[in-house]
Amino acid sequence: MIEEDIEKIQEETKRWNRDCLGKHTFRKRETDWGLEIKPLYTVDDTKDINYLEDIGFPGEYPFTRAPHPSMYLGKLWTMRQYSGYGTADETNKRYKYLLEQGQTGLSVAFDLPTQIGYDSDHPLSQGEVGKVGVAVDSLADMETIFNGLPLDKLSTSMTINAPAAILLAMYLTVAEKQGIGPEKLNGTIQNDILKEYTVRGTYIFPVGPSLRLITDIFEYCSKYVPKWNTINIAGYHMREAGATAVQEIAFTFADAIEYVNAGIKAGLRVDDFAPRISWIFNTHNNFFEEIAKYRAARRLWAKIMKERFGASDPRSWMFRFHTQTAGSALTAQQPLNNVVRVAFQTLAAILGGAQSLASCSFDEALALPTEESVRLSLRTQQIIAHEIGVTDTVDPMGGSFYIESLTKKMEEKITDYIKRIDELGGAAAAIEKGYIQQEIQESAYRYQKEVESGGKVVVGMNSYQVEEPLPKGLLKVDTEVGAIQIKKLKELKTTRDNQKVQSTLLALRKTAEGHANLMPPIIEAVKAYATLGETCDVLREVFGEYEGTSVI
Amino acid sequence: MNQDKRIRVLVAKPGLDGHDRGAKVIARALRDSGMEVIYTGIRQTPEQIVDAALQEDVDTILLSILSGAHGFLFPRIMELLKEKGLGDILVLGGGIIPEDDVPELKKLGVSEIFGPGMSSQTLINYIRENLSQG
Amino acid sequence: MELVDEVRKGSVRALAKLITLVENEMPGGIEAMEKIYPLTGNAYIIGITGPPGAGKSTLTDRITKELRRQNHTVGIIAIDPTSPFTGGALLGDRVRMQGVSSDEDVFIRSMATRGSLGGLSRATSDTVKLLDAYGKDYIIIETVGVGQDEVDIVRTADVSILAVMPGGGDDIQAIKAGIMEIGDIFVVNKADRDGADRLVTEIKMMLGLSSTEREWTPPVIKTIATEDQGIDTLVEKIKEHREFLVKSGMLACRRKERIRCEIIKMIEHEIYRYLDSLIGENKDFFEQRLEDIVNKKEDPYLLAKKTVETIAKRISKNANV
Ligand SMILES: Nc1nc2c(ncn2[C@@H]2O[C@H](COP(=O)(O)OP(=O)(O)OP(=O)(O)O)[C@@H](O)[C@H]2O)c(=O)[nH]1
Ligand SMILES: [Mg+2]
Repeated sequence: MIEEDIEKIQEETKRWNRDCLGKHTFRKRETDWGLEIKPLYTVDDTKDINYLEDIGFPGEYPFTRAPHPSMYLGKLWTMRQYSGYGTADETNKRYKYLLEQGQTGLSVAFDLPTQIGYDSDHPLSQGEVGKVGVAVDSLADMETIFNGLPLDKLSTSMTINAPAAILLAMYLTVAEKQGIGPEKLNGTIQNDILKEYTVRGTYIFPVGPSLRLITDIFEYCSKYVPKWNTINIAGYHMREAGATAVQEIAFTFADAIEYVNAGIKAGLRVDDFAPRISWIFNTHNNFFEEIAKYRAARRLWAKIMKERFGASDPRSWMFRFHTQTAGSALTAQQPLNNVVRVAFQTLAAILGGAQSLASCSFDEALALPTEESVRLSLRTQQIIAHEIGVTDTVDPMGGSFYIESLTKKMEEKITDYIKRIDELGGAAAAIEKGYIQQEIQESAYRYQKEVESGGKVVVGMNSYQVEEPLPKGLLKVDTEVGAIQIKKLKELKTTRDNQKVQSTLLALRKTAEGHANLMPPIIEAVKAYATLGETCDVLREVFGEYEGTSVI
Repeated sequence: MNQDKRIRVLVAKPGLDGHDRGAKVIARALRDSGMEVIYTGIRQTPEQIVDAALQEDVDTILLSILSGAHGFLFPRIMELLKEKGLGDILVLGGGIIPEDDVPELKKLGVSEIFGPGMSSQTLINYIRENLSQG
Repeated sequence: MELVDEVRKGSVRALAKLITLVENEMPGGIEAMEKIYPLTGNAYIIGITGPPGAGKSTLTDRITKELRRQNHTVGIIAIDPTSPFTGGALLGDRVRMQGVSSDEDVFIRSMATRGSLGGLSRATSDTVKLLDAYGKDYIIIETVGVGQDEVDIVRTADVSILAVMPGGGDDIQAIKAGIMEIGDIFVVNKADRDGADRLVTEIKMMLGLSSTEREWTPPVIKTIATEDQGIDTLVEKIKEHREFLVKSGMLACRRKERIRCEIIKMIEHEIYRYLDSLIGENKDFFEQRLEDIVNKKEDPYLLAKKTVETIAKRISKNANV
């Protein structure tokens, strides 16, 4: 664009605003993070954006348009519904069903006792076993979950954080028993402890030992499980907790910077582990904002890795993400409306360039999804992939005045937050001060007030309500799961070689007290069928436990 | 300048579930309506919750559960409350609790369950009305 | 007074109820306190103050654990601010006291300031007496984290601990603002952070500067509350200081001074109640006077004098009944 053109357009825009738009009344719009949205975007709003530097080409720095050159023309995203409940058996059946329906990856939901490292017979597990995911007490359960599933052909994502090392060890062992070497395995563990401290709550150990577990995994996998994504840094739960789109990216990047620093401090080379960093974000309702969010995140992460950390491997710069549609955007009222919300969110995720996607099911505000509802949600992804043409070209939204301008504005706001957190001493320090928690809560409270005042319309919930009958046919988790798991545990403890269990746990304790990598002794304990709880207890005794920092 | 009786509420998250957005938003809303809110954080055992209710002499306990463990946690909490002579406290539930389970919980003495999408004003009014009767 | 008897018998429920009664100034509160007063004087009262986030609650938790290890019973009063706009309050200190919250020999009560300034709530001193009468060996008061104006704690506690942390930026400022005088013991918490040693030195320097000859030189102790480090030393110092107070006779002095202040406050409060109801009953009258005073038709001094006279009459009338 040449100078004169811009000047002319600026003048014309002014004129249009004054003489044309100015004669009409209209509502002012603002994003959740305080940006006033103009009624019209023109080339004037993108004039400071340099195409080659800021936008560039797909698969090349700074990756604004896409991480891969051919994107969905080369490979569709992985369709990966978050699922798992009850016993290992039931979950195995659900996975087989989903794969038959055309799902292309697995995403394992574990129950809360598993996520917090308690066996099913622990007093604190009462009432929780198998409820929000599948219960795993030992290697035996993992063998059942993946029974008959070819682990070398699947990619598996496991939402597990504090005990991630142990579940990964189980997965590696199951594969080994299937005759599959670790170098062939594809998948992800979440392994993102910082956001557990702030918004999700399934922590076990204090910050220091938790970061050690994470960097031990980085190191071990870079040697033996090269294709495994060793961390899946999560903004999803922050958004669910009420963060704005800008806060979601900013706080997640701040956590990521903390992990990268920890890796470097542990003596790793940044290019040895950075390419295996992956992400999970939340795709929410505001369509264009979500698209711009992912574009901004790609550009900013590339800059952070290249400029801040001096990474030189282009794969280290590349921001590849999994996303799930927003559970918090679903309403319990008129649940079928959620089908529409999920479809739009899914579309935004794809236009934003997701590598992997889980779409929610419409009944999830009420219960775990049924087979029918989860299939409908998978079909939504398939329709977007094959029927509506949005995958025919790379980054079809690129170049839109609004999208490019919003992308830039979001990048700036995110950068401001990261600076602020740097000033506070990084993410861990900011969490300890309660800064991140408070920022998120402010946003959550503001949102709630807007919904309650009617300033924000939520269809079916605060507007357009109807009287409706109680929903029927919801999935109920068998209340016997707890008893079944406890029985299995009892049997396990009489049939396994208990001496071997003790000796491997002792070896683990010795390693934990020292500085060597924790993965090998964990794998040995897992192979001996030490339970998850027993293994975590050893680490609890050595590391201590994190104390809640609920900030309000 | 007699202090009128301030309503004291315990907002608690029993069980292992850490999703406390709802509990915190509600805690703030109750504060902004003039109540004194004691928030004890996530991952509370029934024993901890009942001890807090006892020592803090609260008028109301609001329990938020999203993990599906209400079938165990509510009965246990109600049992402990009775044991400690706190049967007169107004107990309310929130979170994801299927309608099917509500009658059972009410039989235990839980006064009301507030599902997702409930406005905080509804809850505030409910507390005020039910305490002034009591 | 059933509740008082039950408290004497050890009922936690009655204790909690009595605190509410006193805090809400409900009928029977003063009578109950009259019965309670003779039972007090055995507990030792620890005040913990300091800027927001310094770790007061965490320290309270750890000190309590240490005292419990030594078989002492503990009562805790944790104070948070009341919102001046809504009258509501979020009381969140308990979150950091999970380690002791289920111990039968620990009683934790969260209180809102309800408009009182100075870091405590009006009912704090009565609550202290209730916990004392109940039989707690130690009572710990955590003040509001305002960082400047917590002089009240000095009058309410036997020992005042000032907790600060490095890297707060405003930490040393807060100390300069004049609360330096109130600390019998200084704690530099979060000693795992950079700058702890520097802060210790700075505090020691200031202590050196500010005091003329002191009989008790306030110790400055480094702690990492979250890792239980330095807590045993802190508790030792609390006990040392207690011995010093007892031996020097200062404990008795402090307690006498405390009750003197309390009496004055009680009287003030009682008179204020008369004033409050007088104004409440005669709103229009006072509005009119105000109007006249603003328009210079009357003077405020006369109104004040007459009001005091009316209050005096009311009081004497009540006294005769
Ligand atoms: N690193 C570190 N963090 C600590 C230490 N002590 C407390 N904290 C953390 O500091 C934060 C604030 O601690 P609190 O005990 O709530 O502080 P407080 O002074 O009671 O705060 P307010 O009551 O809000 O004024 C929490 O996240 C604690 O876990 C310590 O010694 N080291
Ligand atoms: Mg505190």
